[in-house]
Amino acid sequence: MAQKAIREYDVKKMIARLLPNYSGGSVTIPDKCVQVRLETKFADLEHENPWLVTTKLVVKPDQLIKRRGKVGLVLLDASWDEAKNWITERINKEITSGTVTGRLNTFIVEPFVPHDAKDEYYFAMRSVREGDEILFYRQGGIDVGDVETKAEKLTIGIFDDVDNVDVEGKLLKNVSPDRMAQLAKFIRSTFKLYADNGFAYLEINPIAFAGDRLIPLDLAAKLDDTAGFECKGRWDDIEFPEPFGKRRTPEEEYIHLLDEKSGASLKLTILNPKGRVWTMIAGGGASVIYTDTVVGLGYAGELANYGEYSGDPTTDETYDYARTVIDLMTQEKDERGKILIIGGGIANFTDVAKTFAGIIKALKEYERKLIDNRVKIYVRRGGPNYQEGLKQMRDLGQTLSVPIEAYGPETHMTSIVRIALGGGQ
Amino acid sequence: MVDAKPDYLLFDKNTTSIIYGYHQYAIQRMLDFDYVCGRTRPSVAAIVNVECSGWHKAFFGKKEVLVPMYTTTREAAQMHPDADVFINFASYRSAYPTTKEALEIPTIWTLAVIAEGVPERRAKELAMLAKQKGKWIIGPATVGGLMAGAFKIANTGGTIDNIIASKLNRPGSVGLVSISGGMSNEMNNIVARNSDGVYESIATGGDVFPGSTLMDHLLRYEANPEIKMLVCLGELGGNEEYRISDALKSKKIAKPLVIWVTGTCAKIFTTDVQFGHAAAKAEGIEETADAKNKALSEAGAYVPKSFDDFGEKIREVYEQLKAKGTIVEKPEPAIPQVPEDFSAALKAEKIRKAPNIICTISDDSGQELTYAGYPISQVIEKGFTLGDVIGLLWFKRKLPRYASDFIEMALKIMADHGPCVSGAHNAIVTARAGKDMMSSVASGILTIGPRFGGAIDDAARYFKSAYERKLTPKQFMDEMKAQGIKIPGIGHRVKSVQNPDMRVTLLKAYARKNFPATPLLDYALKVEKLTTEKKNNLILNVDGCVGILFMDMMMNSKEFKKHEVESVLELGYLNGLFVLSRTIGMIGHYLDQKRLKQPLYRHPYDDVTYMLPEVRQE
Repeated sequence: MAQKAIREYDVKKMIARLLPNYSGGSVTIPDKCVQVRLETKFADLEHENPWLVTTKLVVKPDQLIKRRGKVGLVLLDASWDEAKNWITERINKEITSGTVTGRLNTFIVEPFVPHDAKDEYYFAMRSVREGDEILFYRQGGIDVGDVETKAEKLTIGIFDDVDNVDVEGKLLKNVSPDRMAQLAKFIRSTFKLYADNGFAYLEINPIAFAGDRLIPLDLAAKLDDTAGFECKGRWDDIEFPEPFGKRRTPEEEYIHLLDEKSGASLKLTILNPKGRVWTMIAGGGASVIYTDTVVGLGYAGELANYGEYSGDPTTDETYDYARTVIDLMTQEKDERGKILIIGGGIANFTDVAKTFAGIIKALKEYERKLIDNRVKIYVRRGGPNYQEGLKQMRDLGQTLSVPIEAYGPETHMTSIVRIALGGGQ
Repeated sequence: MVDAKPDYLLFDKNTTSIIYGYHQYAIQRMLDFDYVCGRTRPSVAAIVNVECSGWHKAFFGKKEVLVPMYTTTREAAQMHPDADVFINFASYRSAYPTTKEALEIPTIWTLAVIAEGVPERRAKELAMLAKQKGKWIIGPATVGGLMAGAFKIANTGGTIDNIIASKLNRPGSVGLVSISGGMSNEMNNIVARNSDGVYESIATGGDVFPGSTLMDHLLRYEANPEIKMLVCLGELGGNEEYRISDALKSKKIAKPLVIWVTGTCAKIFTTDVQFGHAAAKAEGIEETADAKNKALSEAGAYVPKSFDDFGEKIREVYEQLKAKGTIVEKPEPAIPQVPEDFSAALKAEKIRKAPNIICTISDDSGQELTYAGYPISQVIEKGFTLGDVIGLLWFKRKLPRYASDFIEMALKIMADHGPCVSGAHNAIVTARAGKDMMSSVASGILTIGPRFGGAIDDAARYFKSAYERKLTPKQFMDEMKAQGIKIPGIGHRVKSVQNPDMRVTLLKAYARKNFPATPLLDYALKVEKLTTEKKNNLILNVDGCVGILFMDMMMNSKEFKKHEVESVLELGYLNGLFVLSRTIGMIGHYLDQKRLKQPLYRHPYDDVTYMLPEVRQE
């Protein structure tokens, strides 16, 4: 439920397909581009896209990597054979971009568009509170620099009709007059497409004139995934890939699927599977604060996961969630023992005893493993039926040979972190 | 608005609301809150339930009240023009159109949108519409908020014990606003533990474009003279907190502000992390929690070292204001006791009550339905027969095979006896009068009694009694004759010694083969021998046979206790067997008549003898 980046290939295909609808058919962009993934067979691509063999090409990894051009991840003006070699050399190899390391597995291949650097422009749109902001700069490309300060900006109010907005005067005053009309038309129709299809961000840098044709050369976009139900049939099979360098583990994938099926919210991110400090926190807000506190006490290196459950999940859902976390935390022993923090604020309407019932079931199931891993459990929670929930946790501590300490609203929410970790490192 | 509130107040003690969506718990919690706050009238004026209109019954303290329910917001607002708050429980799909509709209604001024997952563009449209009209939206993706001692939105603040523990039943001096709905309740608690409590507490919701922002509410609090200090819980992502630090610098916010921006942990993640809230993602250094906390601190806000110290920081500022005399603590008002909900108290084992109904045969209160302790899955998987099921529900146990098979055999044999017998005839006549199945079958069943079907019971009773008193068949016959009673279970209109009833033949053969012994049958057959000597149609009929064999089935086996045999006779098990069995046939006749589209039955004149008294003409 948020703004999510999508692949350049998907953006390009979507714009190529939909743009004519927003311009009475008069604005189009080329829709020639193909995707190469681990399982792709070059021969099939060639067969379906004969232009690959006859055209000079551009090849880039398509995995939400920032500043590809700067780190040498763009191949320009290549033949199909050169492109294939370039991809083969890099696919399934690790690369580092900035602080992030990840494996390359998806590429975009499209025709190389010969053009002059002076014909490049910077064009972007982003969602702001009042509506949307369009940024335009008379130069573009990887060396465009700080567009925040340089670019012309124009806010289109949420109820404004872009056809009645002075795009020419506000954004295009520095472009040559013979190109103004074409650029304005492109900006207006692209804006309509953007606004009508759940975009939260779209950057085309550069967009360039090749002869008299305006062609987007490099695109990045984010969609507001909550708009999915309004954009049915137009988003098709758009993928929301994880950020570069982040790959879902099977457990994360399992919780992700559980979350998608459920009306409640269930999130899990593994930070360090060997970490000693595991958390199982109720609430989107509280989960961030618990994580802050663990990190603040100097245990960032020991923190194993980020996650939350909220929105009144059923007992079965909390059981599945708890089981997944407990299973992960008991896979590899650590002689210093491990800590499980079952935290949360004071719920408004979530039945604490009901959600705890699922956690308790999972804890019972893993009793042996919890003992073997010397797990200590710290609980803090408030809200409807919390007394019963805490009592059940304490009772469990009596019957299970696993130490459990349970606290209620009289204890500050994050105090159990200090109690558990012993005052910080 | 009916009452003129200052602009900085969204609610007061007279505020009433329209709830979109039939959320009974939330409504009750609002009314309970009202009651502990000493409100004189409930804060829920009306409910919009698109499925049906009518009335919703709820408690207001110890009394019950009826809350009107309408199918459209427009109608609810027309009927309740003084309800200026709209609480929208619509799903993420319909939150936009329903909120927009409510925004257009002139009497509605404050709207809370609970749904999570409202498209951002729609949220922005709603926010802009509200702004143009000078209205307030709280949310989307929030639990709402509350004004202590006056009004609470939906589920905000949790249960009544929490309301009281966090001093939300009366106003304090602190204006609180947070992004997170879940954390707003925790913050109410932290504020209450470190000051005289909140005056107002709003959760703006975790979306990127909330209808109203932290800043919007802080400015309201700033304008409110009852609020002496501000507490705010921000979050990484976005730039709202910079607007706040600007407002501090420009003195637009002059009251002391204790604020903490959560998400300081984000720096340890190597890739961008989407935290629980949609807006909780930092784009660039400026949107990080550390940068925002620093900026706020530099702008003059009270920023704790960590969330751990938040409470202490609040206390520190509060004590300063108290020392200065800015805050004067007020005495606590008396809190009316809200009676505990029966179901909750029962669940918590605080109360007990003798139930009005006791049931010892089946149980649907657990995970799986059980018949006399047997889970329904076992009944099916182990292939229990209908006879076995009757054993479970009538005798409360699994009967031996010979017994349940006998019961099933009796059911089959007595299921129907053609259209001419009085029960089937009545069912047919009723069906043809255009009545429904229930009426037609009931009309047939109601015919069952001493002359039709009821002979089973009587036969069992009289034969058993005679046998047990060791009367000879002759003595038994004479006794009955002396009392003027025809022996039940003996005699048939059509069948005779020469033309035996196949059903009786089958029953007798089964019993002889499968029952441990059949002494009562043997005795009855001796009686039959005597009666048929008098008239050849005075045979043991099917009713008699079933009744007598049922006694044999029970009396000659250790499976059945003596008192059970007695209760079978006393309570009419055997009649039940006949009713159950014959219902199958009557339903058949009903369906048959309907299929054949038979017209109203009228008995022919020529089949009636009219013999009326003569009236003498004067």
